[in-house]
Amino acid sequence: MPRTAPEVPDAGAVWSAQDTTPSDIEEALRHLLQEQHAREDAHAPARVLNLVVVVDREWRGEIMNRLEQVGRYHASRTILCSVEPGRDTIDASVVMTVAGDPRPGELMMTRERVILEVGEKHLAQLDTIVDPLVVTDLPTLVWAPHGHPEAVDALLQMSQVVLIDSINEPDAMSALRRAKQLAEGAYVVDLAWLRTTPWRERVAATFDPPRWREELLRIDSVTVRHRPDSGVGGVLFFGWLASRLGWGGGALMPVNGSVRGRAHGHRDDVSLALEPDVSQTVPGLAGVEIGTSSGMTISLDRGPGGLIARRRDRKGREQSWTVLGASRGEGGILGEGIRQALLRDPAYRRALDCGEALIR
Amino acid sequence: MAVVEQENPLVEGLERLPVHPTTLVIFGGTGDLAQRKLLPAIYNLAHEGALPERFNLIAISRSGMSDEEYRNMARESIQQHSRRPPDEQVLEKLLEQVRYVAGSFDDDAVFDRLHEELGKFDEAAEIAFNRIFYLSTAPSFFALIVGKLGEHELHQHGDADVRVVIEKPFGARLAEAQALNRQVLSVLNESQVYRIDHYLGKETVQNVLAFRFANGMFEPIWNRNFIDYVQITASEDLGIGRRAGYYDSSGALRDLVQNHMLQLLSLLCMEPPVTFDADEVRDEKVKVLHAVAPPVRDAVVRARYTAGMAEGKEAGSYLDEEGVPPDSETETYVALRLEVDNWRWAGVPIYLRTGKRLARKITEIAVTLKPVPHLAFQAEGSVGVQPNQLILTVQPNEGVSLSLGAKIPGTRMRIRPVNMEFLYGTSFLSQSPEAYERLIMDAMRGDATLFTRDDEVEAQWRIIDPILESWEQDDTPLDEYPAGSPGPEEANRILAPGHRWRAI
Repeated sequence: MPRTAPEVPDAGAVWSAQDTTPSDIEEALRHLLQEQHAREDAHAPARVLNLVVVVDREWRGEIMNRLEQVGRYHASRTILCSVEPGRDTIDASVVMTVAGDPRPGELMMTRERVILEVGEKHLAQLDTIVDPLVVTDLPTLVWAPHGHPEAVDALLQMSQVVLIDSINEPDAMSALRRAKQLAEGAYVVDLAWLRTTPWRERVAATFDPPRWREELLRIDSVTVRHRPDSGVGGVLFFGWLASRLGWGGGALMPVNGSVRGRAHGHRDDVSLALEPDVSQTVPGLAGVEIGTSSGMTISLDRGPGGLIARRRDRKGREQSWTVLGASRGEGGILGEGIRQALLRDPAYRRALDCGEALIR
Repeated sequence: MAVVEQENPLVEGLERLPVHPTTLVIFGGTGDLAQRKLLPAIYNLAHEGALPERFNLIAISRSGMSDEEYRNMARESIQQHSRRPPDEQVLEKLLEQVRYVAGSFDDDAVFDRLHEELGKFDEAAEIAFNRIFYLSTAPSFFALIVGKLGEHELHQHGDADVRVVIEKPFGARLAEAQALNRQVLSVLNESQVYRIDHYLGKETVQNVLAFRFANGMFEPIWNRNFIDYVQITASEDLGIGRRAGYYDSSGALRDLVQNHMLQLLSLLCMEPPVTFDADEVRDEKVKVLHAVAPPVRDAVVRARYTAGMAEGKEAGSYLDEEGVPPDSETETYVALRLEVDNWRWAGVPIYLRTGKRLARKITEIAVTLKPVPHLAFQAEGSVGVQPNQLILTVQPNEGVSLSLGAKIPGTRMRIRPVNMEFLYGTSFLSQSPEAYERLIMDAMRGDATLFTRDDEVEAQWRIIDPILESWEQDDTPLDEYPAGSPGPEEANRILAPGHRWRAI
């Protein structure tokens, strides 16, 4: 039964140095790869994606744990820049890892993990340190979960994709503005957007049969419940509907702890509501309810084994069923973010623009 | 807004497109294939949120058991064979939508009960579910079941779609395949029929198309002017296990060549389709098969394994395998030389070989290019110069490699072959889905590209049937090869001068 093999360090392929330089680290990487191949020619280095992560030193372990939990979606070379206030020099370590559980006659995939200890003074020119260490011709993804915008801006020169989580910004407006700013220079993968994917897929499926598709024109209300810190996910969901259905801009305003407003639909205005749900423990949306002027309501809520769908018609008859699907968990969301670095989703940018127009 | 009337505007950018609510009916729901492959595949689709928004499953088999007993059996099968540990909540919710109908396939009461269960699902949801009937039974039941579906008016369902997935083998001879097609198509339209060959669900098989038609560098050399010969190998290191009942009546030719290996040949040799629509692709594949003449007698070798060493252990002969009759004349190895008689391929030998209990398990296509016209380095002792070979490995190390001549470091101009390799596993983050997951989803979506069409399966049999016929009239004892070896020496007999088998 095939399972995802765990990543284990290759005991014979470890290097570290203090007060070192990028060229020394790059040379060490080359030597370790050559030695590893000479030692075991069934090892084949993965060549998919460079991942550059910029983290606060004190939270380095937590981020490394998160990266361990991404399932099969490991970058082939991870460069983790651990930022320590006051540090002047660069320390580095390199570990080669092997996807364990080898089978006779099959190749074993290896990956490289580089940890750089850097100071704040290095951040504005972090590209000059990292650039020699990435595998040329592979896409490079940058992720800075603890902020460090100056490092991200420096790395934009050499990367193609930036991974962000818009729920980490103080509010939806600043989150969308930062995402748009980054999108000017790179492709943006937003974990807040990826958490809305199952909801978007299910809403699209609900309105897919021709008899229900006409109801898209009659949508007159959308309510999104979300974990209190995940309102930006709801705004992106509204932005997605607005961009796909041609709704004009409106205005979302805080009202008694929730956010309410309207968008201009083709026939009528659409009332929009974002409602924080303190019972929701994981980041993301808790529920979606869409109403139409013909009296139909559909709702999706989290439930065991998937999303619980309910449809109520104008006569008040209700049907309920479970749309099957396992929770991906935050590890799965991060893994999905890494996978999406190799794809292109045209819907996000449009949702971003329309979402920003709604809260401007 | 016209767009709403024509297409769903919400699907843009979604990786998983909506699939119409579906009820899947598995005939042979307690069988080995259902338990090892189909049920785990359905679970994995559910886990990933890929199943239709509303999905039901009805299993039909002879064993008498209740819905609950079948669910317990399905739960155990999924727990044992799923490629990921099941999420208990998803599994329980999936099983809630499972029903079981017991009875034999020739019993009208079974189809009445099926009709009733299907109707209950539709009524409860107030929609007409699409219906997929998956025939995971012995081939002798295919025509019977399709006939019964017609008699009970289950072959159509108002505006909803009805499709029938038919497992292999589709006939054991050309006449059988033709008769089965006639019987099936007397009830269903060809567009409703999905003849499955799970090989086509493998990512690496589909990659043959991507490799050929997404890279401009290969097309100019993909013809008789540059290609010397092609070898397609599907070797297995294992014996027949406990499958003597099936295998002894099938043999290597029917088991792998008639379907899987001819599929690989078609994909390798077909012309670029105008689009990747199902019929466009299948039209091109059928043209290739029509251009292949059945091989002459001297272009075929059949053999059977004798005792030997496999995986470091003593291995018995085929005739020693459990359930094999002592007078069996079934081949466990076959090699043949074919030609595709069209402008692109005329004169290029295409060698196919497959066998059980060979030295190694590997499936690959090897394309050998013609040698360079003049070798300036020969005087310098370039003994290692070989024609370039392009190898597409389907399993186990999926990928593509190209052998090139390169200079050996040193003062003399000496050449030896080196490999340039692309490995699937090292270049993509995603794990390939199981072939059955892909194919079940395609059947639910109504995409028949990876399924075999009626004329395609008959064209395959037109190549294979004369070989079987000649064997029936041939009293010559089968050639033999020791278990764990690369195959019989006699396989070299069908090679053209200068050609050689790649090492297994």
